[in-house]
Amino acid sequence: MNNSIAFWTIVTKEVRRFTRIWPQTILPPAITTSLYFLIFGKLIGDRIGPIGGVSYIDYIVPGVILMSVISHAYANVVSSFYSTKFQRNIEELLVSPVPNWVILAGYVSGGVVRGIMVGGVVTIISLMFADISIAHFGISAVVFILTATLFSLAGFINAVFADSFDDIAIIPSFVLTPLSYLGGVFYSVAMLPEIWQKISLVNPILYMINAFRYGLIGVTDVDIKLAFLITGCFIVVLSLFSLYLLKKGIGIKT
Amino acid sequence: MKALSIRKLTKKYNNGFEALKGIDLDVDSGDFFALLGPNGAGKSTTIGIISSLVNATSGSVTIFGHDLQKDRERAKTCIGLVPQEINFNQFETVKHIVQIQAGYYGIGQKEAKQRTERCLRQMDLWTQRDTVSRRLSGGMKRRVMIARAMVHSPKLLILDEPTAGVDIEIRRSMWELMEEVNKQGTTIILTTHYLEEAESLCRNIAIINNGQIVEHSDMASLLNRLNIDHFVLDLAEPIKSAPHCTGYQIDKISDRSLSVGVPKEQGLNKLFEMLTAHNIKVISLKNKSNRLEQMFMDLIGSSAAEQS
Ligand SMILES: Nc1ncnc2c1ncn2[C@@H]1O[C@H](COP(=O)(O)OP(=O)(O)OP(=O)(O)O)[C@@H](O)[C@H]1O
Ligand SMILES: [Mg+2]
Repeated sequence: MNNSIAFWTIVTKEVRRFTRIWPQTILPPAITTSLYFLIFGKLIGDRIGPIGGVSYIDYIVPGVILMSVISHAYANVVSSFYSTKFQRNIEELLVSPVPNWVILAGYVSGGVVRGIMVGGVVTIISLMFADISIAHFGISAVVFILTATLFSLAGFINAVFADSFDDIAIIPSFVLTPLSYLGGVFYSVAMLPEIWQKISLVNPILYMINAFRYGLIGVTDVDIKLAFLITGCFIVVLSLFSLYLLKKGIGIKT
Repeated sequence: MKALSIRKLTKKYNNGFEALKGIDLDVDSGDFFALLGPNGAGKSTTIGIISSLVNATSGSVTIFGHDLQKDRERAKTCIGLVPQEINFNQFETVKHIVQIQAGYYGIGQKEAKQRTERCLRQMDLWTQRDTVSRRLSGGMKRRVMIARAMVHSPKLLILDEPTAGVDIEIRRSMWELMEEVNKQGTTIILTTHYLEEAESLCRNIAIINNGQIVEHSDMASLLNRLNIDHFVLDLAEPIKSAPHCTGYQIDKISDRSLSVGVPKEQGLNKLFEMLTAHNIKVISLKNKSNRLEQMFMDLIGSSAAEQS
C-alpha cells in the first residue's frame, strides 16, 4: 500500500474543495480582517497609545492573522469531514486500505493548507495597514503551522461527534471565537486586573497568539517555551484521541 | 482458493436488533454468486461487514485467505464495492470520484487517469466525465459507483443491487459487462431483487432470511429441486369452470385463463390431450412466475412458518 499517494489524494481533494468554494472560504476572512484593521487599527487605534512599544495597529496584526488561521483551519476540517460523513462518502475511505493515520493526516493537512491560504491573504491585507518587519521568521512559521494543526485536529474531533449541521457551529461560536477574543488579540493581558490576568492564563489560545506576536513583532505576554509546550501537548493528545475514534469507528461505522 | 469465507457471523446493531444470527457462507474464487433475500434480510449488513463499513459482533470473515481482523489492509485491497445507496461526493465531478478512489488504493496519478478513462468508457460515462455528479440521472449515478469499484481491478467485486432503477438497455449492458468481468477472472457477488437476473447470471446462490442462511447451493441443483412448474394458459373461448384433469392442479383465473400446476414427471403432452378432450382450445401459455422466484417464495415461506 502506497500511503503517500493516498495521503496526497486526500490533501488535493481537500484543497480542491475549499478553492472551489472560495467565495465562502477565502473571501470572507479577507473582508472581515480588512474591517478589523480599518476600524480597530486605523480609526480607533490612532487614539490608543502604543502597547509594548509598538503602535496599536502593529500590535493587533499577529492576533488577527492567527485568529483567522484558527477559525479557518477548524472550519475546514469540521465542515469537510462532517459533510463527508453526512453524504456517506467517508465509505470510500473506509472500504479502501488507507490506514487511519493517513486519513487523519490528510484531513488535518487540508485544514493546515486552508490556514496557510487564509493566513497569507490576511497577512497581505495587514501589510496595507501596518508596518511589520518580521522579528523571528522561524518562530512565526512554526507557531503558525502548529496552531493550524491543533485546530484542524479539534475540527476533526468535532466532526466525528457531530450529528447535525448545528453541531458543527456550536464550538466555533461558543468556544473558539470567545477564547480568541479573550486570548489577547486586541489587548495585552497586562492591561487587565490581576485576577483576570490569572484567569486568562488557562486559555491556551492566549499562548499561541502571544508566541506568534513574539515571532512577528518581538512582543509577548507569556513565556515562548511554555507556549510551544502547551501547543505540542495539545497536538499529541488530540491526535491520539482522533486515532482512537477512527479505530473504534465512532460516528462513522455501525 | 475461496474468494470469501464467512463463519458464524453475527451482527447486533446498537439498538439491540440482531440483523445476522450466525451465518456461514463460502464463495469460490472465480464464481458468480447471488446473495438473495427479502427486504431487511441482512444482505447489506453482510456486505457491510465484508467491506469494513459495519463492525461485526462476532464471527470471522476471510477474503482470499486474508483474515479481516488480522490482515485487514490486504483483505481490503481485494475488494471492490458497489453499495446499495449512492455514497459519492455529490459535488465532485465523475472523473474525480473515480480518480480519487484509485488514489486511495495507492495508484499513482498517471495510471489513475488511464484507469479512470478505461472504467468510465466501459460504463458509457466518458462523455459525462466533467459533470458534477449530483446532476446525473439515477442510472448514471449507479454506473459511476460501478466504475469507481472497478478502478483498482479488485479480485472480488461486490454489487449490492446494482441494477435497481436502471433502464432495460443499460441493465442488459451491465449484465454483459458483469459476465465479461467475471470471465476475466473476477469473482462477483451480486444481490438483486430481480430473480431472473440472478438465475441467468449466477452459478451459485445463497438465500438469506431474517439474518439466517436458508439456502446455499448451486443454481442448477436448486432449480432441479423444483418439482412442480406453474403455467398460465390463455383460452380461445370463455369457460364456466375449471376442467378436471387427473394429475394436474387446475384453477380458473378468469373466463379466458387457467392456472395449471404441472408436476415434472407428468409433462405437458398429457395435459393438452385432456384439454382437447374437454374441448378447450389453448392459444398461448406462459410461466406463471420465474422458476427461481417460485423456489424463493417457497423457501422464504417455509422459514417464516418455522419462525412463527
Ligand atoms: N444501522 C442500523 N441500526 C439498526 N438496525 C439496522 C441498521 N441497519 C440495518 N438494520 C436492520 O437490519 C436488518 C437487515 O438490514 P439490511 O440492510 O442488511 O437488509 P437487506 O437484506 O440489505 O435489505 P434490502 O433488500 O431492503 O436492501 C433490517 O431489519 C434493518 O432494519
Ligand atoms: Mg440492502
